[in-house]
Amino acid sequence: MTAALSRREFLKASAAIGGGFALEFSFPAASNAAATPGKAVPEVNAWIVIHPDDRVVIRIARSEMGQGTQTALAQLVAEELDCDWARVSTEFASPNEHIRRNRIWGSMSTGGSMGVRSSQDYVRKAGASARDMLTRAAAARWQVPATECAAAAGVITHRPSGRTLRYGEVAADAARLSPPAEVVLRDPKDWKIAGKSIRRLDIPDKVLGRPVFGVDVTLPGMLHASIAQCPVFGGKVARVDARVAEKMRGVKKIVRENDFVAVVADSWWRADEALGKLGIEWDVGDHGRASNETIDAMLRDGLAAPDLPQAKKSGDAHAALATAAKVIEAEYRSPYLNHATLEPMTCTAWFKPDGTLEVWTSTQNGEASMAAAAEASGLPLEKIEVHKMMLGGGFGRRGGPQDFVIQGVKIARAMAGTPVKLMWSREEDMQHGFYRPASIVRMKAGLDARGNIVAMHTKIACPSILKVLMPQALGKDGIDFTAVRTFSDMPYAVPNQQVDYAQRNGHVPVGFWRAPGQQNGFYRECFIDELASAAGRDPVEYRLAMMSPGDKNRRVLEAVAKAAGWGATLPAGAFRGVAVVEGFGSFAATVAELTIDAAGEVKVLRIVVAIDSGHVVNPDNCRAQAESNVIYGLGPILYQDNNVRNGRIVETNFKNFRLPQIAEMPKVETVLVPSGGFWGGHGEPAILPLAPAVCNAVFAATGKRIRSLPLKHHDLRKA
Amino acid sequence: MLELKINGTIRRVDVEPEMPLLWVLRDHLGLLGTKYGCGINVCGACTVHIDGQAVRACSLPASKAVGKAIVTIEGLSPKGAAGLHRIQQAWIDHQVPQCGYCQTGMIMSAAALLAKNPSPSDADIDATMTNLCRCGTYARVREAIHALAGRPAAKKA
Ligand code: FES
Ligand code: FES
Repeated sequence: MTAALSRREFLKASAAIGGGFALEFSFPAASNAAATPGKAVPEVNAWIVIHPDDRVVIRIARSEMGQGTQTALAQLVAEELDCDWARVSTEFASPNEHIRRNRIWGSMSTGGSMGVRSSQDYVRKAGASARDMLTRAAAARWQVPATECAAAAGVITHRPSGRTLRYGEVAADAARLSPPAEVVLRDPKDWKIAGKSIRRLDIPDKVLGRPVFGVDVTLPGMLHASIAQCPVFGGKVARVDARVAEKMRGVKKIVRENDFVAVVADSWWRADEALGKLGIEWDVGDHGRASNETIDAMLRDGLAAPDLPQAKKSGDAHAALATAAKVIEAEYRSPYLNHATLEPMTCTAWFKPDGTLEVWTSTQNGEASMAAAAEASGLPLEKIEVHKMMLGGGFGRRGGPQDFVIQGVKIARAMAGTPVKLMWSREEDMQHGFYRPASIVRMKAGLDARGNIVAMHTKIACPSILKVLMPQALGKDGIDFTAVRTFSDMPYAVPNQQVDYAQRNGHVPVGFWRAPGQQNGFYRECFIDELASAAGRDPVEYRLAMMSPGDKNRRVLEAVAKAAGWGATLPAGAFRGVAVVEGFGSFAATVAELTIDAAGEVKVLRIVVAIDSGHVVNPDNCRAQAESNVIYGLGPILYQDNNVRNGRIVETNFKNFRLPQIAEMPKVETVLVPSGGFWGGHGEPAILPLAPAVCNAVFAATGKRIRSLPLKHHDLRKA
Repeated sequence: MLELKINGTIRRVDVEPEMPLLWVLRDHLGLLGTKYGCGINVCGACTVHIDGQAVRACSLPASKAVGKAIVTIEGLSPKGAAGLHRIQQAWIDHQVPQCGYCQTGMIMSAAALLAKNPSPSDADIDATMTNLCRCGTYARVREAIHALAGRPAAKKA
């Protein structure tokens, strides 16, 4: 990532724009973590800097964690700017500058598959606006009406005379013009840069090992920290015996806080070795006896509670169930799940002699990192800068929770003047996540004589993610939309519906795990499969019959059935299952094909997934995201779970929290069926129908209904 | 003081003999392309070459690498930093990386595999490429390796 101008130069340049705020960030030479000082180049607008040699730098406000948003957003800006794509590079927008400039880059939060869909409008407008300014600047240079000029591929042409000017030649003039009041955005059918499978901008550096991930930040004189947090969530440090550790080689300081202990040393390994030699006694608080069983009891207590808040009520489910020809009930459940980003949590912080604080971190939300740094340091936001580094995976772990930033800042505060890089060990990372909530759901459906669903009553007991991370977003009566989705918005025409929600939280922190609430897709779509077989109907036909004609769920279900050859004969020993779930602005349907061997081992062979996201900005990257969702989703289907014993997470590392390997990667066929007219996400939708499609295929193979995951707990050998 | 031959250069480092090579590379020599993922020999993010073999640097005491030729991602290309190894080019052509964190280890494993077995079967790939990728780039890793199979190895510079 190249920087258009150094922070110092920018601040000089922007002093005129509005601030008088004079914080200077100077970057030491022997570091990899700062912008390279360059020649000051004014921006055309906040999103776009064009150098005299026509290099275009597009500022990206969202984080890049592998999902390709950096490239997709640049494509959208470049499309409207109509520049030469070969000259485009990107840089991450500065959170400090963002706040000083009145949040000029919109949202920095990167989650919910929103990177493109919730900023496409304003980033495209920024591109179109800049193109207009460049055109007017050229027209002024020629002293001709702007209407006689047109801009394309980085060149402005005066049509009557054929004269041309390059963007780089007029960018400085353009920057002085006021932006147009209105711009017209291109019709996606005319796109030349957006909508194409353009190669990702970040990949050339990534194959060389060059990107600076959070864990790679290096600053002169920097020290390293390894951390131990109370293994029981919510516990405190009671006593620390540092006599051995503090004498170990390279150790500079033992930092003791209320809820963690860290060792600071001159390399991470030395810090971590010394951490292992600390005698730490924990005050585990009230939760030292919590276990799978107590959590189970808590959720069951929720299901049994009278008068639960209702996330949905239409018709009269109770009355309709009482008169239904057939009533079918089932209880489903899911365990806690860690995000397990391959790069562990990390944060580098530096309290500088001038009273400012700089933070370098892998974050899904630069603004949230700023807030966390301010909270932990007591400094005002103006005195803080957060540098958003490349993320070694995010999946929701690095957005809402900024625990790693708070810790990094507290540790660095104890070493004021010296930059300190905190990195969690894998063991800390596994045991101190913000887990996908464990939940139990009871579904009860009433069928009429032909098997049509006349009523459905669903009770959901699930910890609330919003309660932990975004309490202001909780609905009426404490309803958390992430806990009830997929039931509260079923595509099926069921006249009588009721969805009850029991918010039961427990002591295990929960968070946004890729496609939050996705376990509900597993529950609903497996249950619908149960109903289809009770009705003696084909699972695809059964679903289609309950969907309205224009429903996009129908579109993707039809597309996936066709692409997968639903109904056609399978190879001997192979079985298939289907599911359809919408979410994150898109619609997704999956057909899974698998075999089960004599030992009961499931091998998923083929996943066909159809997605309607309205528009598609980079088809190849959308396919990559579908592949990513499949493998990310397969672990929890086959063998991943996080268990609680004595108040702590049992799993410690990848030896007992297994990640799928290449041998387990099914053939993934992604069918993109964008229907236009809306913008859906791609970071998460493909995971939604995966688990139910696989489990429905397991039923087809074995006749066994899978009502809890992972599959390793089920005996799938032939009876 | 340990003397290590890394990417063709002798580097002297004052570290404990038992310090894993990974931390010598990352924290003492600034070679940051080699990553930490698990520290227990499972994920392969720390894969380097030792005398041509793919080795997980998190689980190798640095003293055991003395006298051997260590190659990291920074030294993989025969043309040095300016050039791409053909595997790196294939990785670009097939748009393999997502977050990229596992990819340096993945590429080092693939390079070692292809050096020994220029035309690996799917079973060979399954058995050798045990690196973990949380982003799910496996399909493209396999594609890229197959695309490279059978082609002559890049000449030594
Ligand atoms: S860090 Fe070495 S194998 Fe995971
Ligand atoms: S590309 Fe992210 S872990 Fe492999």
